[in-house]
Amino acid sequence: MLRRHIINITGRAGSGHPGGSLSAADIVAALYFKVLRHNPSDPKWRERDRFILSKGHAAPLLYAALAEGGYFPVQELETVRQINSRLQGHADKTVTPGVEMSSGSLGQGISFGIGAALAARLDSLPYRVYVLLGDGECDEGQVWEAAMAAAHFKMDNLTAIVDRNEIQLDGWTEEIMNLEPFADKWRAFGWNVVEINGHSISEILDAFEKAKSFQGRPSVIIAHTVKGKGVSFMENNPEFHGKAPNPEQVKLALKELEK
Amino acid sequence: MATELSTREAYGQTLQKLGKERKDIIVLDADLSKSTMTNLFAKAFPDRFFDCGIAEQNMMDIAAGLASCGKTVFASTFAVFAGGRCFDQVRMCIAQPQHNVKIVASHGGVSVGQDGMSHQSIEDLALMTIFPGMTVIVPADALEAAQAVETAAATPGPFYIRMGRPKVPQVCPDDYRFALGKAATMRPGKDVTIIAMGIMVASAIKAAQKLAGEGIDCRVLNMATLKPIDREAIILAAQETRGIVSAEEHLKHGGLGSAIAEILVEAHPARMVSIGLHDRFAESGNPDELLKKYGLASEDIEGAVRKIMERRGQS
Ligand SMILES: Cc1ncc(C[n+]2csc(CCOP(=O)(O)OP(=O)(O)O)c2C)c(N)n1
Repeated sequence: MLRRHIINITGRAGSGHPGGSLSAADIVAALYFKVLRHNPSDPKWRERDRFILSKGHAAPLLYAALAEGGYFPVQELETVRQINSRLQGHADKTVTPGVEMSSGSLGQGISFGIGAALAARLDSLPYRVYVLLGDGECDEGQVWEAAMAAAHFKMDNLTAIVDRNEIQLDGWTEEIMNLEPFADKWRAFGWNVVEINGHSISEILDAFEKAKSFQGRPSVIIAHTVKGKGVSFMENNPEFHGKAPNPEQVKLALKELEK
Repeated sequence: MATELSTREAYGQTLQKLGKERKDIIVLDADLSKSTMTNLFAKAFPDRFFDCGIAEQNMMDIAAGLASCGKTVFASTFAVFAGGRCFDQVRMCIAQPQHNVKIVASHGGVSVGQDGMSHQSIEDLALMTIFPGMTVIVPADALEAAQAVETAAATPGPFYIRMGRPKVPQVCPDDYRFALGKAATMRPGKDVTIIAMGIMVASAIKAAQKLAGEGIDCRVLNMATLKPIDREAIILAAQETRGIVSAEEHLKHGGLGSAIAEILVEAHPARMVSIGLHDRFAESGNPDELLKKYGLASEDIEGAVRKIMERRGQS
């Protein structure tokens, strides 16, 4: 369902980022429809769990989840990237109900999440903070500044999810900037690491449970995914990182996603 | 007259005072708390102080996250790092979302002294005033610094306040009340108006006193709020005096002089001379030596005023 929205949104706009939206669709669906304690009719509810989209280019996915979750009419998805729309090209918290952080400049989500998680601790509130980032995004030094700080501050109410689709903008992550040994890096920074298949709902839900019960340290879920997941000609194809499908491709993609 | 105090010391003391009254105040620093003086707050309220280590970009976004959950956050480091290194973080997570984060940066300008160019922030005001919705303040002395911090704490939205390293003389009267967005008249006058901020206010007053002996009557305005700037006071000065001299411890570009010039050109063209760094970086040295070498001394302000008086004679 979210995947179909992603194709429609990017196809209609003629621009946007389908690949990294499709790879994280199962994770975000699990969060919005199973994991998050939130209230679409009161987006500013003080005790809500915070979902922070650090990889702001996956805005089509976030908008699809927010619309299906009841934050605004599904119809409004037709306005993404159009003038006067509440749904900007990258997530913008000042205009879209349910968006927690303005993003689009990569590398900032965990830092922001630490702030929100510290506030929960200071106010003795039970909410949790979830941050979704890309693997290419982990090239940013700030991600590791934040990784160090989250462990130092013992933020066990913070969970990061890395969409490990192994593709960034210019190509494969291991060719552009080697990330491996990726899980070891997080462990060395003091994080609890859970590695899963990011397209298995049961593994995703199980990972969130594990993260929740882990105390004294932040958790990172390294979700192995396929960029462009669900659409054969987009899968594992760096071309579709930031290129929208043309009308022909939209038709083909929607047909495949019907199955 | 109170004893000399730096604006950063006034910041530390005021934060400590505010921390008692306001439990929503959280303070962040990036391993410079002994220099920015947030260490006073840290000692008094260790639960509400977070040292983020030498990771300024991370600190700014943590500040934003805290503010997004209702906290009033003060984030401090040196002005060079707050302005330059964190530009994108401030843009994305503080300025545009209008988060309640007060960036209070110390060691502004060349009066940092011997640490030299790497530590002398001469571009921060251009970088921070450029953001829509950012309030920018440069206090002239400790008294004004304390009041500016109190005002920031009481006013929602993002602030950038630039403090200085050296101890500075008190220039504001004991009964001074800082008014956000309003220039303070430090000295009335009808010939030329000197508009200054930060440590340059003291130099402007000194220059005005000297010039009074030559029969030149200078008005001195303290433009502590650089943004939103007091447009009316500037236009009035242009109408009522023969010209304007701006004085700032910053590049001429993108700071006080530029802001005044923009207003004058549109509203009331007037003679103007700006005192500031002219398209160059500075170097190590004592503050007074540096101010002199780089054209920021009270004598330079005097010269600029005379230039305006002379030009008048020619026309
Ligand atoms: C700071 C910053 N630099 C560059 C970009 C341009 N950019 C947008 S997406 C992207 C690649 C992101 O790769 P990854 O994090 O792996 O995302 P995913 O593959 O999950 O879409 C780049 C370089 C940006 N948005 N922000």
